[in-house]
Amino acid sequence: MKIIFRGTRGSLAAPGPETARYGGNTACVEVRAADNSVLVLDAGTGIRRCGAALPASLRRVDILLTHLHMDHIQGLGFFRPLRTPGVEAHIWGPVSSTLSLHARLSRYLSPPLFPVRLRDLEAKVELHEVPCGSAQIGPFRMSAELICHPDAAVGYRLVSPEGSLAYLPDHEPALGVRDFPGSPDWTSGAALAEGVDVLIHDAQYTDAEYPKRVGWGHSSLSQARAFAELVGARHLVGFHHDPGRDDDDLDRMYADASTPALSVTAAREGATISPERTTAATDGLR
Amino acid sequence: MAQKELEVILARQLTSYLSIPAFIVDPDGTLLFYNEAAEAVLGRRFGETGELALAEWANGFEQTDESGARLDPADQPLVVAVTQRRPAHRQFWLRGFDGMRRHVEVTGLPLIGTGGRYVGAIAYFWTLPNA
Repeated sequence: MKIIFRGTRGSLAAPGPETARYGGNTACVEVRAADNSVLVLDAGTGIRRCGAALPASLRRVDILLTHLHMDHIQGLGFFRPLRTPGVEAHIWGPVSSTLSLHARLSRYLSPPLFPVRLRDLEAKVELHEVPCGSAQIGPFRMSAELICHPDAAVGYRLVSPEGSLAYLPDHEPALGVRDFPGSPDWTSGAALAEGVDVLIHDAQYTDAEYPKRVGWGHSSLSQARAFAELVGARHLVGFHHDPGRDDDDLDRMYADASTPALSVTAAREGATISPERTTAATDGLR
Repeated sequence: MAQKELEVILARQLTSYLSIPAFIVDPDGTLLFYNEAAEAVLGRRFGETGELALAEWANGFEQTDESGARLDPADQPLVVAVTQRRPAHRQFWLRGFDGMRRHVEVTGLPLIGTGGRYVGAIAYFWTLPNA
C-alpha cells in the first residue's frame, strides 16, 4: 500500500513559497494497492495533480469524500479521470436526512459555481452514501462512520493485506469532553481508528489556539496524539494544516511530537508512506 | 470495539453541560447515561448505577400517578419513546434510589440520527413542587 499526500492543507488553499515544503493544496490523499487499485480520499485542490499522475490506463477509481465542505470537494471538476470516457468512478460520501448525495454535490457542480454539471462528466459516475456498513473495494475492506464535525462528516477505515489506514481529516473528538480522552466506546471515531498502522488525523491547532475555536470541528496536535494513543495507532500523521501556518511553524510544532510508542509526523504534500502491516486487524478481509 | 453512535456521544456531551435532568438509553432501552442533574432526581450517582437494562430501570423506580396508583412501565414517557419511537410526556411521582418521592414531569424523545437511523432515546425531567 502506498499513501501519497496530494493535499494536506485545511480550510483554504495556501500556496506560496512559505508553504512549499508541507504544501498549499487542500485535502486529498491517494491510496494505491500493489494491484494498482486506486482510492482517493477527499477531493480538495490536491486532487488535480493526483488525477494527472494516475495512469491513463486506469479504468476504475473510488473517491471517498469525508464531507462536502469546499476544501474537500473543490477539485472534483479538475480530476482528469472524471473527464475521461470509459472510466468507472465511484464517489462515496456522507448521507443526509434531507437531500441525496447527488443533489448536494450538484449544488457545487453546476452553474453558477462551476460550468460543468455532474451529469455531464464523461466518466461513468456512481454515487454511494455512507455509512453503509463495510464494502470491499479491490483489496481494501472499507468502512465509514459518522464523526464529530459540523454538517455531518464521516471518517474512513481501510484495511488490506498490506496494512491499515484510518482517515479522519476533520475531527473534533474532544468537543464537550471534560477530561479528554475518555473511554474509547464514548469517543467519536475510536472504532474507525482502532489499532491502525497509519492514522491521518486533523491537527489544525496548537493547544493555545484550540480554546478560541471550540466547536469549529478540528483538533489540536496534542488532542490528535491523545486520540492516537487511545486507539493504539502506530503512526499519527497530522493533517489539515491551518492555512495561516507556514513551513517553519510546522517544523516547530512537530519537533518533539513523537513518543517512543507513537511516531508523529506532519503530512507533507508529495510525500509517500508505505506502511508495514503491524496490526492484527483483518476486518473480515477476503 | 462497541463504540456508541455519534449522536448518542454528542447527546451525552450536551446533557453533561445542562442543568436539566436527562437520561439517555440505547435502541434497546438500556440506560447509557444520566447527567448530574438527574442524579439529584434519581437519588444516586451515575457512576454507582452504570448501564442498566430497560426492565431493570423501568421497574426499578416506584412510579405512581396523581392518585397514587402505580404506573404501568409501558406508559412511562421514555419507554414509549423506545418501544413506539414517538415522543411522550406526562407528570408522575417517582421514588428514587434514595427512597425519596419526587413529583416530576418527563418528556421522552426518540433519537433519530442522520439518514433516519434510530439510535436510542432521551428523557428530560422537570421537577415539580411536591405539594
